[in-house]
Amino acid sequence: MRLSTPNLQLNAQGKLRHFLTLEGLKHHHLMEILEVANTFIDPVTHQISKVPNLHGKTIMNLFFEPSTRTLTTFEIAEKRLSADVVNLNIATSSTKKGETLLDTLWNLQAMMADVFVVRHSESGAAHFIAKHVAPHVHVINAGDGQHAHPTQAMLDMFTIHKHKGDIFDLKVAIIGDIQHSRVVRSQIQALSILEAREIRVIGPKTLMPSHPQALGIHVYDNIEEGLEDVDVIINVRLQNERMKSALLPSEKEFFNLYGLTKQRLNYAKPDAIVMHPGPINRGVEIDSAVADGEQSVILEQVTYGIAVRMAVMTIIIENAKQLMAGSLSSALQEETP
Amino acid sequence: MRLAIENVRIIDPSQNLDKISNLYITRGRIFSISDTLPDGFNASQTLDGTGKWLLPGLIDLQARLAEPGSHYEGDIASETKAAVAGGITAICCPPDTRPVNDNQAVTELIQRRARQAATAFILPIGAITQNLEGKMLSNMAALKNAGCIALSQANQPIQNPLTLKNAMQYAASNDILLMLRCEDAALKNKGVAHSGVISSRLGLAEITASAETVALARDLILAEETGVRVHFSQISTAKSVEMIADAKKRGLPVTCDVAIHQLHLTEYDTLDFDSLFHVSPPLRRHEDKEALRLGVKMGTIDAIVSDHTPLDRDVKLLPFGESQPGISGLETLLPLTLKLVEEGVFDLNTAIRSLTTGPANILGIQNGSLTTGLFADFSVFEPEAYWTLSRSEMISQGDNSPFDGWEFNGQVELTYFQGRPVYRNNPI
Repeated sequence: MRLSTPNLQLNAQGKLRHFLTLEGLKHHHLMEILEVANTFIDPVTHQISKVPNLHGKTIMNLFFEPSTRTLTTFEIAEKRLSADVVNLNIATSSTKKGETLLDTLWNLQAMMADVFVVRHSESGAAHFIAKHVAPHVHVINAGDGQHAHPTQAMLDMFTIHKHKGDIFDLKVAIIGDIQHSRVVRSQIQALSILEAREIRVIGPKTLMPSHPQALGIHVYDNIEEGLEDVDVIINVRLQNERMKSALLPSEKEFFNLYGLTKQRLNYAKPDAIVMHPGPINRGVEIDSAVADGEQSVILEQVTYGIAVRMAVMTIIIENAKQLMAGSLSSALQEETP
Repeated sequence: MRLAIENVRIIDPSQNLDKISNLYITRGRIFSISDTLPDGFNASQTLDGTGKWLLPGLIDLQARLAEPGSHYEGDIASETKAAVAGGITAICCPPDTRPVNDNQAVTELIQRRARQAATAFILPIGAITQNLEGKMLSNMAALKNAGCIALSQANQPIQNPLTLKNAMQYAASNDILLMLRCEDAALKNKGVAHSGVISSRLGLAEITASAETVALARDLILAEETGVRVHFSQISTAKSVEMIADAKKRGLPVTCDVAIHQLHLTEYDTLDFDSLFHVSPPLRRHEDKEALRLGVKMGTIDAIVSDHTPLDRDVKLLPFGESQPGISGLETLLPLTLKLVEEGVFDLNTAIRSLTTGPANILGIQNGSLTTGLFADFSVFEPEAYWTLSRSEMISQGDNSPFDGWEFNGQVELTYFQGRPVYRNNPI
């Protein structure tokens, strides 16, 4: 099987150069992100303080698709790392022609950008950009089409890790629109790399991937069966478009069949946690009583998102420095007989 | 001019011929194939073909020549040069030109430009409906009379079954061949990749196999009802092969072809979002590729085509789903087909037949043969030449080939069209 994606995002030392997807990454890559993220959170106050890690670096947030939450957390993370931040909201319509998209990138690159944080409505857009940028520029995927949203998935792993410790041995159930969700694709990949015991997805077949076996997941049509004995429940936002394209009859029917209620929560382990990458549709995929309940960790996820994004950017910049130092020292060694 | 090519392995499936002999040509036409010099034949030029193959000029049922259209993507002169470099001397060009070939004026323009280029035989395919919109019929009989070899909808199949049925009835009463791509637009939706394990992993919008087979089932039923002669273009699924084999067994006058890239590539090739692998229909499963290969071997699939689509770099330098589908395939049609012979997928006779008499029989033309009296369209092929495809060295104006870096055994050295040399790699 061809797997050129990991080659694209790893440098010669096998370390992260870009962060495009979790597919193809190793256990240690993910653990490093979780560990570094943890160092940014004050153990007592749970606050994130400012550090000089990316001082002098320019980060450009290229959002070809509108976003407020992801853009905001990236921006906060970048500022806490002391980077210079430029936000660019680029309407996709003005970049329909490839020349323009690449010209835009090359122009921004010439303005001494070190990192592009990219969000785009096409699956594979971050890969495309990573393939065409200069060697010194790093690309971080902030969501591409229905493909991947790796920083979101890593913050979810961080949250699970905080509450449950080692992800190994956990049973995780993801409820809702799996097929159209880049977040879920990345979550599934993260969970399988971290060797979760079982990854279940719950929902009607219209919202399931056509080939779930390719993702190593178990599909449940019935929510009660799917929640039986799980440690972690992840709820996914249901988009309005799904009703328009006849994938579902109505929000009401979805809630009746798959909405996460107090009663259904009882099927999971008593200490199971409830997560949601947001924004929440109360009364559509989750009952308010559960969203705001004891087992919910939804708001924590937002704070951790900043730490995880700081970790990813720090690691990528550090790896580049090490690679540079490595090639310098080997060049020096070659010169001295 | 009287040309003799001696001691060459002549492969001509139209005459069940595969032997070392001599080919004699006079006044642009085949004089004879004979082991000895025919009486009264004085060659003005003699070529030694020892160790080489002589193949009939190949026929490509689907190649876009980008004219009329954007000159960035090539024109008839540039693309026919690419064709003859690949041993192809007869080309059917689909009607999705700009403007669409839905009237005599466009057909005549294509023919005029083809005559000016004079490097290959161009057979325009007219549009079934006006502007390929699938609504109003074009002047189908007029297009036929102007020289369109068949009518098609290129990659924009008629969605309304009644319109299709009417087109079929009208075509049947005028003895017009219809070449149909099968694709249900609603099932295809916004899909860009086969609905399979790779699209599930990459989150690419999916095209199910049923987007093809549902349309094929409809088209087969309507073809049977109307009695029209139908050729199915670029089938891509195992189920389609099965359905067409069944239709043929029942005696329906249907034929089909496959694009050569479908016999080599699968959904796995799209794994790193490389837009060069974005084609329509999409690259399918390994099982589909195997079934298509078997379909050629068993004769269910009558022809192999290039589905040549030269594209400007700009429309490929985009994220996968935003890029335009298509491969620049004229130069790789023969090499990729012969690669399958090397791999033991089917024999050499089947390979050459799929590129010569197979398509000729579909169209009802005599080309693709070395029969005495026909125009001398042929190529001399050096089976021992090893070469690597490089996009930067492609002759076509479009360098959008996913086969960059592929290694091939054997190369066309010399191509003749109507008795004149139109391509020369290394002089023999």
